[in-house]
Amino acid sequence: MSEVSKKDTPAADVAEGTVPAPRDASAADGKEFLSVRNLQVHFDTDDGLVRSVDGVSFDLKAGQTLGIVGESGSGKSVTSLGIMGLHTSERARISGEIWLDGEELIGAGAERVRKLRGQKMAMIFQDPLSALHPYYSIGAQIVEAHRVHNKVDKKAAKKRAIEMLDRVGIPEPHRRYEDYPHQFSGGMRQRAMIAMALVNNPQLLIADEPTTALDVTVQAQILDLIRDLQKEFGSAVVMITHDLGVVAEIADNLLVMYAGRCIERGSAEKVFYEPQHPYTWGLLGSMPRIDREQTERLIPVKGSPPSLINVPSGCAFHPRCPYADVPADNITRTERPELQLVSDGHYSACHMSREQRDRIWTEEIAPKL
Amino acid sequence: MAAYIIRRVFAAVLLLLVVSAVTFAIFFLVPRLGGQTLDSMAAQYVGKSPDPDVIAAVKKNLGLDQPLYLQYWEFVKGIVVGADYTFGPDPVTCNAPCFGYSFKTHTEIWPQIVDRIPVTLSLAAGAAVLWVVSGVAIGVLSALKRGSVFDRISMGVALAGVSLPMFFTGLVVLALFGNGEYVPFADNPVEWAANLVLPWCTLALLYSALYARLTRAGMLETMGEDYIRTARAKGLRERKVVVKHGLRSALTPLVTIFGMDFALLLGGAVITETVFSFQGMGQFAIKGVTEADLPKVMGVTLVAAFFIVICNLLVDLVYAAIDPRVRLS
Repeated sequence: MSEVSKKDTPAADVAEGTVPAPRDASAADGKEFLSVRNLQVHFDTDDGLVRSVDGVSFDLKAGQTLGIVGESGSGKSVTSLGIMGLHTSERARISGEIWLDGEELIGAGAERVRKLRGQKMAMIFQDPLSALHPYYSIGAQIVEAHRVHNKVDKKAAKKRAIEMLDRVGIPEPHRRYEDYPHQFSGGMRQRAMIAMALVNNPQLLIADEPTTALDVTVQAQILDLIRDLQKEFGSAVVMITHDLGVVAEIADNLLVMYAGRCIERGSAEKVFYEPQHPYTWGLLGSMPRIDREQTERLIPVKGSPPSLINVPSGCAFHPRCPYADVPADNITRTERPELQLVSDGHYSACHMSREQRDRIWTEEIAPKL
Repeated sequence: MAAYIIRRVFAAVLLLLVVSAVTFAIFFLVPRLGGQTLDSMAAQYVGKSPDPDVIAAVKKNLGLDQPLYLQYWEFVKGIVVGADYTFGPDPVTCNAPCFGYSFKTHTEIWPQIVDRIPVTLSLAAGAAVLWVVSGVAIGVLSALKRGSVFDRISMGVALAGVSLPMFFTGLVVLALFGNGEYVPFADNPVEWAANLVLPWCTLALLYSALYARLTRAGMLETMGEDYIRTARAKGLRERKVVVKHGLRSALTPLVTIFGMDFALLLGGAVITETVFSFQGMGQFAIKGVTEADLPKVMGVTLVAAFFIVICNLLVDLVYAAIDPRVRLS
């Protein structure tokens, strides 16, 4: 199952969730810092069961970055909140396995997971203004994050907080320590959020659309900062975004999500240059590029994301897929495609044959990008 | 922060002036616009079967024949430094703060109000403590256990509490437990509290029901905020998330409402005082109305309005202490 890492046994990977997870291997050899196995997050609503995340698996090594890409409602954020154990709704049904540094989290007690949160794994959010408490100073919020997990006095914690503010590039950290979130600019707020997330040296950082709410000029700075800090601390990073441009800069591996499932996964290079799923093609086609002719229009993915209560039969993408009729026997409407190995560590869930996809990619899609 | 306080205090003083002007206008300008003569106005301030000489003296004393701005000036001056009523057979002095002088009973109003403030204050303050503590506690628990049996029952009781009128619950309580008289706190604190418990509870039932619902709604909203998720993501214990991050935000709007409710009660919990026959501000106002003694009514009106202005000032200051965005903007 751990396709990204276990390149030597690709034959074992056919269907997610059907193959027993090699958890002992991944946990014991210490290579994978985070392993997610067949993660399902469902919500019991009055309208029916919402399958927000429906069987997602991936692995992440220390020091590496995994980009999770998809449209709104594809399950990216739900996945990350699931890893952090932040689904507090009583209606959330979570199953599967999450291995963090050899420890399984879904079966672990809430108190154990709370102790790991902010300590071993930390998270930054999309909108730093609403994610910071308006009534407490930036410094106080960082100190709080530090002192939950460390028995240090206030003075030491303050010193640490100022250190972190300085490290994330906030000028005059001594003075800004006292300031409140509304006195910070958007970029500075996100820097403060990063300082708060990293104050305990977590080995896993989950960034949920960290640049979406920021100015374009600031976005690059924040991404650079995350990359620098990752190098410095050697932590694993999960970068969640709908912006392929963001992950192109920063991710080692990519996971493309659609309707709560992983539809393509592999190294960033492979997914960018040899994408194997029509949805990934669509994402690439709708990405603005500076080297593209100005007269050419972006090609959006037609239609809108499906309801997660009534996920389309067969391949969830078939109603929007221009190539839904390429495979024979209407199979795209009747049978759900499972992830299949394309090449080294590169997987895709599409009914089309390798030849069909290669032909469409090289003849129809690639020339237009 | 200092600039903010100065601004708020200045605004409060201005508001007090406006309040006094409006009150003055209601008592001295509106009757004139309504077509009353100066004599008929003055007649209202003396007893039945008035003596024309007395009416003339009252007219002079109140300055009804003067231009309005002079009358208002004397009115404000009376509150600040006191007033002398020198016309008529027996001249009197109304000491500062002169909130009116009853020519019917030949008494100053302010000392009578001062006598009654402790009664009203004891009633309001005790009830306020009860309803804030119980209302907020029930509201928070209901919000955290939304949809549970506790939530349903307490919100049902709250709805009943809001709906039941004071004179009904008060009378039921009276019928069940009987009544005690007001004993000044300084005389006997135990008896003071013992005799106030019933009115406190009756009053608190009404308000705590409202506060429970407001707290519940506020908590449900704030607990869905992003910064609550951040607090959890830090690894804070749930109790700390709820109290330090959730409740503090949820309570902010309650402060405003509390300031208003409390100030209004200080102006006289009329029904509660009547039901339990406590001689407070509300009773005093009722007395003024039934005896058609205008200075009493005006005195209570002014003092009650001043309470509201002052409570609002306090609310503004508390707000600034809670929310940095208020004091720094």
